[in-house]
This record gives sequence, C-alpha cells and structure tokens, in this order.
Amino acid sequence: MQETDSILPAASRIPHLCLLGLVIPVFVLIALLFGFLFWFSLPVFYSGGNSIFSGEWQPEQGHFGIIPMIKGSMLLAVLTLCLSFPAAVGISGFCLLHPKHRITSLVHGMVRFMTGIPTVVYGLAALMLLVPLLRTWFTQSSGFGLLACLLALSLLTLPVMIMILENQLRESLNQHQLTGTSLGMSRSEILTHIIIPCAPQAFASAIVLGFGRAVGDTMLPLMLAGNAPQNPESLFDSIRTLTAHIGLVLSTEHGSATYNSLFASGFMLLAISVSLTVITRKLERSYQRRHPQASSSAQP
Amino acid sequence: MRARLFHLWCLVCTCCLILTLGGIVFYLVSQSLPYLNGALFFGDTPVWDAISGKTRVWGALWPACVGTFSVTIIALLIALLPGIATGIWLAEFPRSRFSTGLGLAIDVLAGTPSVLMGLFGFTMILFLREHIAPAANHSLLLSASCLAILILPYLASTTRTAMQSVPLSLRISTHALGMNHWQRIWYVLLPRSTKGILSGIMLSFGRAAEDTAVIMLTGAVASAGLPSSLLARYEALPFSIFYYSAQYQTKGELGLAFGASVTLMCLTATTFAITGMVYQQSLSPHHD
Repeated sequence: MQETDSILPAASRIPHLCLLGLVIPVFVLIALLFGFLFWFSLPVFYSGGNSIFSGEWQPEQGHFGIIPMIKGSMLLAVLTLCLSFPAAVGISGFCLLHPKHRITSLVHGMVRFMTGIPTVVYGLAALMLLVPLLRTWFTQSSGFGLLACLLALSLLTLPVMIMILENQLRESLNQHQLTGTSLGMSRSEILTHIIIPCAPQAFASAIVLGFGRAVGDTMLPLMLAGNAPQNPESLFDSIRTLTAHIGLVLSTEHGSATYNSLFASGFMLLAISVSLTVITRKLERSYQRRHPQASSSAQP
Repeated sequence: MRARLFHLWCLVCTCCLILTLGGIVFYLVSQSLPYLNGALFFGDTPVWDAISGKTRVWGALWPACVGTFSVTIIALLIALLPGIATGIWLAEFPRSRFSTGLGLAIDVLAGTPSVLMGLFGFTMILFLREHIAPAANHSLLLSASCLAILILPYLASTTRTAMQSVPLSLRISTHALGMNHWQRIWYVLLPRSTKGILSGIMLSFGRAAEDTAVIMLTGAVASAGLPSSLLARYEALPFSIFYYSAQYQTKGELGLAFGASVTLMCLTATTFAITGMVYQQSLSPHHD
C-alpha cells in the first residue's frame, strides 16, 4: 500500500485531490471551532480573570463567577458515576455470566434501545415521575436539584458503560475461561477472581466515557437541577452546571455583559472534554496492545 | 463468597434496570395514548391542507415533525461527503502528520459536548452580524450546519471502521491483480463497506434528530409554523418536548409534550435498531 502512495500515477491524482479537497475543509472547520471558542474566551483570562474565577454569580452587581458552575458540573458527574458505574458493572456482569439466557438478549435489546432514547425524553419522564416523587418523599425540598438530576443522568450514562465493559471483559473471559474451568472454577468465580482484577483498563475506559457523557449533557441539568448558581451543600440543593449555564444564558439574556462568562464556561468544558479524549485514546492504545486481534470499536 | 455476592449484585442491577426502563416506557406510552391520534399532528386543520401547507397548523406537532426532518436531512446533506471522505482518508492514508492530527481532531470533536456546537453557532452569528452580514440571524441553515459538525465524527469513524474491517486477504488479492490505490478504494473497499457506511448514516440521522441543545441555541422556536425558507426559524420535536414540558398551561399542551416524546422516541429507536442490525451484519465475517 505504501509504494503506491509515493508514486501516484497521473490518473489517480485527480481523485486524490478531490478527497483532499473534502478533507482539508473538515480539518479547517474543526480548527475554526476550537479557535473561535478559544479566541472569544481569551479576553476573560487577560482582563477580569479574578472576577470570572470567583464564587459569586450576581450579574446585577457585576460579579460573573463561574466557580459554582464548575463545582456543580464536577459534583454531578462524580456522584452520577458513583451510582451508575457499579450498576453498569453489575449489568454487564449479568450478561457475561448468562450469555445464552433470554434475559440477556432482553438486556442487550434494552441497552440498544436506551442509546436511542433522546435525552429530552428522559428529562420529560423524570420531570413528571421523579420530581413529584422526590417532593412527596423529602418534604423539605422542591424535588428539583442535585438528586433528581443525578438519578436521571445515571440512567443516561448506563448504556455506553455497559457496552464497553461487556465488549472488553468478554474478550478476556474468552481467553481465560478454559484455564479457569479446568481448575474447577465456576463462571462467576472466574469473573470475580481472574477477569475483574486483571481489567483495570476496561473499568477506566468505562469511567472516562461515562464521565464525559455526564459532564457534557445539557438537557437533564437544565430541566431537573433547579439552576440556582450556588455551592451545593446537600443532595437536595439546586445546582447549575456549565452546560446548563450556557444554555440558560444564551436562551434568556440578550446583554453582552454576561457573554464573557459563557466563553469561559465553554472553554472549561472544552478543556475537560479534550483531556478526557486524550485519556480515552491512551487507554484504547494499551487495550489494543494487549489484545491485538480484538476490534475495540464499540459502536458510539 | 465473593463470587456469590457479585452474582447477587448482577441480578439486582439487571432487575432494577428492567423495572426502571419498563416503568418509564410504560408511563410515557400510557400518558400519551389518549393523545395519539390525528389531532396530535394536525390539530383542527384538515389533513391535506396541513400537509400541503395551505393552512397553518396551530397547537399540533406537524410543523415540528417537518422542522425536525428538514433540519436533519439538511445537516446530513452538508456532512455526508466530507464525513465519508474523512473516514476514507483516515482508513487509507494513516501514516502522515496531517492524518494523525485529523484523527485526533475527529476524536476530540466526537467527545465535545453538543452545547459547544450551539455556542459556536451562536458566536458565528454574532461575528457575522458585526463584521460581514448585519442581517444574519438564527435560522434553519445555521442549526443544520451546527448539527452537521455534530454528526461529522460519527460518519467519519463508522466509515473508517468499515473500511478497516475489510479482510486482509481481499486487500492482498487487489495487490495481486495489480490495482492501484484508487481502483482498490473505488472497486473493492467502498462497495465492501457499504453496509458499515449506511449504518453510520443512520446513526448520525438519529443523533441529529434527537439533539436538543444545539437547535435550542441556534434557531428552534416554539411557534414558527412550517419552515418557510432556509433562513427562517422553525419548530422541532425535541424542542417542543422541552418547551411544552416546562411551560405547559393546559392538559392539552402537556399531552403535546408526551405525544412528541413518543413520536421522537419511536423515530430514533427505530433508526438505532436498524443501525444496530446493519452494523452487526457488516462486522460478521460471513456476510456478503
């Protein structure tokens, strides 16, 4: 394949140029996207850096601090993972333990269906089911807040984590099953004593991907979290995330004074997602090095 | 002991998932059943007048359906060729600095939260208004372009995966037949990966149809009627769900939200189900 690259005959230079003509705009567009967000958020770091990175959000008095939003996003994502990661391990474990069972194929179908449910539909369901429920159970709260958002988000992050865990764990289960069975171990013993201790990388991938989904989602925090820019102190407190902040300010306010904080939030989000992507790529490489035959391409 | 506990945990989690999801779907369907009829989509207007656009439809979902379809199709049209070209490039010319950068950029783009695309579109309009075209405003075209950026990485990565999963023996045979690089791509690799690319297109259709954050910031509004031109504002299903669930005043408006959510869920779930089947087929070694 490499020889033909270097000495392209004249006839195949035209398609080459056509392809390049389509690919270069894509590259330029992506560069433009990141450049724009970076360029617009630059003044923030030059001038009023202190006021942006402060804990106060009082636009009337000129305080545009986004620290509460950063804290909100992080807290929400971490708590979501605390709930959904063990659940994802459990569900993928079930699929691995009973690979031919009818319920497993049901679970597979459900997971595929869940990737197809729009976020805003989860939002509607949680708004109508979960919020009134929380309001009657915990009478001191309005129902909107960290807890409602966290429960709905954990459902949203589940499918991607289940898929990646199951794909990667199945690979090593296939490798070690014969050995384990010959030692007299049951399938669940093989899984708990051999596969899971040996697969920190699969868990890391799942956590990173789930974290990315949880940080990046806009609609659920916007609909469920209450959106008060404050430092959350309990599970029932209302929070505002970076994504919801962008959506909220853009769709309600039309003054340019608050726009700076938008670009600062956008920049923070971008920084988080870029670092998550870099970690994912590293993990994927190490996985491919360990399993050269496996196609690590889980469907997005 | 540990194995027993783990097994128990697996059972508990799976039961919880099945119960929760079943509950949610049952709730949504049961709530929207009374509203699922012609009036949900067309209101009081006669069906043919509504479809042909003669009479404007009020308080029903027809404009939102049309809006969602048009914005999705336009986004696909914009993103299709560049996305597939990027995928081919990444699969076939992987060893240069440009390709490494491009691959990284596509990966980063795939992980970027969708609200940032919305922010980008919003900034673009601000920029255009100040410097180039003062009349620029939020519109169908802007939403579609931002959605196109959103689905570009899906198109690129599915195309790349499909082309890379063409068996090595086939590649070697093309060398043995003396094909050059472009003959190989055009006559062998592309026809062979049609199914994978198709599943990528369906996947991006679903992604574009369900996304709310982007269109909310770039031009979807609550009551715009049928989209009159590329530069007009429009209605969309996901935005209607969001809007009516937050601002409903009557039972009927809430019913619209439920009806829209079931419609959208059917649309995306069918798309993803077909995608999954096609994708599985394209990966299995025995297909032809």
